[in-house]
Amino acid sequence: MATLENTLAIPRASLEPLPASDLSLAGLSLGAQARVIAVKGQGAIARRLMEMGVVPGAPVRVIKRAPLGDPIEVRVRGYHLALRRTEAQTISVTASDE
Amino acid sequence: MSSTLESPALASPPSAASTVARPLVIALAGNPNAGKTTLFNALTGLRQKVANYPGVTVERKEGTWSIKHGATPARLIDLPGLYSLDAASIDEQIARDVVTGRIPNLPAPDVIVAVVDATNLERNLYLVTQLLEYGRPLVIALTMVDLARKRDLEIDEQRLSEALGVTIVPVTSAQRLGLDALAAAVLKAAESEAASAGGWCLSELAEREIATLIGKDVDSLSRHRALRDLYTDELPENEWRRDAIRLARERLAQSNPDWWQEPVLARYDWIEKITSKSVKSSLSQSLTTTERIDRILTHRFFGPLILIAVLLLVFQTIFSWANLPMDLIDKGFGRLGGAVGSLMSPGLLRDLLVDGVIAGVGGVLVFLPQILLLFFFISILEDTGYMARAAFLMDRLMRSVGLHGKAFMPLMSSFACAIPGIMATRTIENPKDRLATIMIAPFMSCSARLPVYTLMIAAFFPGRKLFGFLSVGALLIMAMYLLGIIVAIGVAWVLKRTILKAPTPPLVLELPPYRVPNVLTILQMMFSRAWLFLKRAGTVILAISIILWALATFPRSPQTKTANSETTVAQTTDDGGETESSEAEVKTAPGFAGQSSEHLSQSFAGRAGHLIEPIIKPLGFDWKMGVALISSFAARETMVSTLSIIYNVGHDKDSSSNSLINAVREAKKPDGTPAWTPLVALSMMVFFVLAMQCMSTVAIVRRETNSWRWPLFMIAYMTVLAYIASFITYQGGRLLGFS
Repeated sequence: MATLENTLAIPRASLEPLPASDLSLAGLSLGAQARVIAVKGQGAIARRLMEMGVVPGAPVRVIKRAPLGDPIEVRVRGYHLALRRTEAQTISVTASDE
Repeated sequence: MSSTLESPALASPPSAASTVARPLVIALAGNPNAGKTTLFNALTGLRQKVANYPGVTVERKEGTWSIKHGATPARLIDLPGLYSLDAASIDEQIARDVVTGRIPNLPAPDVIVAVVDATNLERNLYLVTQLLEYGRPLVIALTMVDLARKRDLEIDEQRLSEALGVTIVPVTSAQRLGLDALAAAVLKAAESEAASAGGWCLSELAEREIATLIGKDVDSLSRHRALRDLYTDELPENEWRRDAIRLARERLAQSNPDWWQEPVLARYDWIEKITSKSVKSSLSQSLTTTERIDRILTHRFFGPLILIAVLLLVFQTIFSWANLPMDLIDKGFGRLGGAVGSLMSPGLLRDLLVDGVIAGVGGVLVFLPQILLLFFFISILEDTGYMARAAFLMDRLMRSVGLHGKAFMPLMSSFACAIPGIMATRTIENPKDRLATIMIAPFMSCSARLPVYTLMIAAFFPGRKLFGFLSVGALLIMAMYLLGIIVAIGVAWVLKRTILKAPTPPLVLELPPYRVPNVLTILQMMFSRAWLFLKRAGTVILAISIILWALATFPRSPQTKTANSETTVAQTTDDGGETESSEAEVKTAPGFAGQSSEHLSQSFAGRAGHLIEPIIKPLGFDWKMGVALISSFAARETMVSTLSIIYNVGHDKDSSSNSLINAVREAKKPDGTPAWTPLVALSMMVFFVLAMQCMSTVAIVRRETNSWRWPLFMIAYMTVLAYIASFITYQGGRLLGFS
């Protein structure tokens, strides 16, 4: 698949990575590259996130947190998207260093 | 081609169709920030009109596009910015209705031009996959091509076009590159068959359900209709079809709990397959310019500071830059009033023109430069992409009072005018969040309050500086804006915990790349808003000015009445006599000038002012201000024109020495003390920050909430708050020893 996103192998903390099923977009550290596994939310917001390209397989990276820690800014499919931690928690991801 | 196009029965009457070909109808669709507005402006120039779609407040922008030399220009419809055609937002429904030709007096588009941002191809193509399903001829206008190249994105347009089955025309709207090619492609597409329906399909199970649904439909409609019924929240009205859909959904859910995600996944799969063959991105790791800028502008410490600085700069600039043109307009109207006053023979008609029309409308038109500047800045903030960053920075705070980060933009636009702001709340999906935003939007100091603030500041806090460069006036204005914001936050907090209780709304917001603002877009925005303002000045404010003048003139004072009853030629004698007695002074029009305040006092307006004087006295206001307040409940800016009428400003020959500012400063109470003091002015400003004084806003809230309950509630609670705050300001100020 053509990704508009490329990655550095960004050195991650030497902690054991969480089990893939437990890692959500909200728990991703800044700058870490990941892939979406599933969108677990329901309803209009989950649909909107997916329509905006947050679908399983899509590479994502957390760019920034807003001054008070929320919302977060992520890069997906070459553009920047702001979403709150509550929504980010419904998106499960797996770390990737593609 | 337009000249050969047969007019179908829908639109134009047959007689017209036989002689003049129906103009081509072309719809412009695209994601927000894809460059759609810039392209629309480049194609239409400023030949466009803005209205609303019937029954809703979604803005309908239409322009004419001279698509072919010598042929009938095409009608270009600018759809609202969309990420998808599926979700239930009103914008998306309207876009769908336009595409399927269900808007009255608007035939289905002959061609759809999809605006696709080359730097954001995958997400932009999502909308294209949906447009393809509607089976209308489609052309892609590919924007931001140069930017994509800079980011080392190589797009093989030929292959992309073949894979999608759609002609692709790269355009650079700002330099007007590719517009002719786009016109040619659109004309060609209008003659040809519809584009292919797209190359994606669902799982076998889902496809079978779709096929059954298509077969079951009595109107035997298309695939896109069946897809929409099956996968969106909008169920068809037909009951047994509803049941069929419900059953189909249950069957799908049994085999896959995430069955509803399938079309989205399938579309993205197809898009990825296509882009993998037509897009190459080399492995550059450099930060984009936008990311570099955002390192500072959304920095956790500098970001909020910069936001405050930006707002301060905007207000400071509006004040210093607008001064010169405002003076010119002021003097112009003063001269006009003087000229008309000296040319016409004295009488009611002259008074109506000079005191009613010229003073009233002139007093409001003075603020045109400020309104132009405000919209200049707002459109720059929007067009550069900074507005979305402001929402990003503010979301946490907005959320703590239960509002949505998306409410930030409607609230920001409400600084220009609450009406577009309230209209912009349509992007907020949850009705309760939307209502809460609507209810506090009028607290944002709109441009109609600026005239009042400016007058008060120019009269009572002129020219003072803090630290040598910050004017006290600018700081006061900022304080007024802040007061509105703080009260709005408090009210939202209360509303969200009482009558509008609901879980915290989610936020999904694109942070578009920073862009150099487009001059045409900004000009278009400035002038369309200025035009709206002028139209208001020309109609509503003119009407109110005349009514006010009449209310302030009639019934004529007792002395006049006695004179009238005693002589048969009452009117002329009376007026003639008055003019003779004060030949040099033009000021003696009945019912107005300083010395004839007795007349005003006896008039309808004066009586109303007297009636409410006991109520507003604790706020520091006298009955003349009461008259101005009453009139300002129709529209805030009429406060200024009313004061012009009350203090008889338009009537003076020498306007430079005797403007409204001086009139306000010199106004006296019956006991000879000044009617206005800095404290009264402050109290007045505070009242204007909080009171609901705009009939147009009330009307729009009525329309948006579809009931009288909310607008009436709004008027009541805002006015009570305004009274309390003004009371505290005035009485508190007196306790502190100010007068």
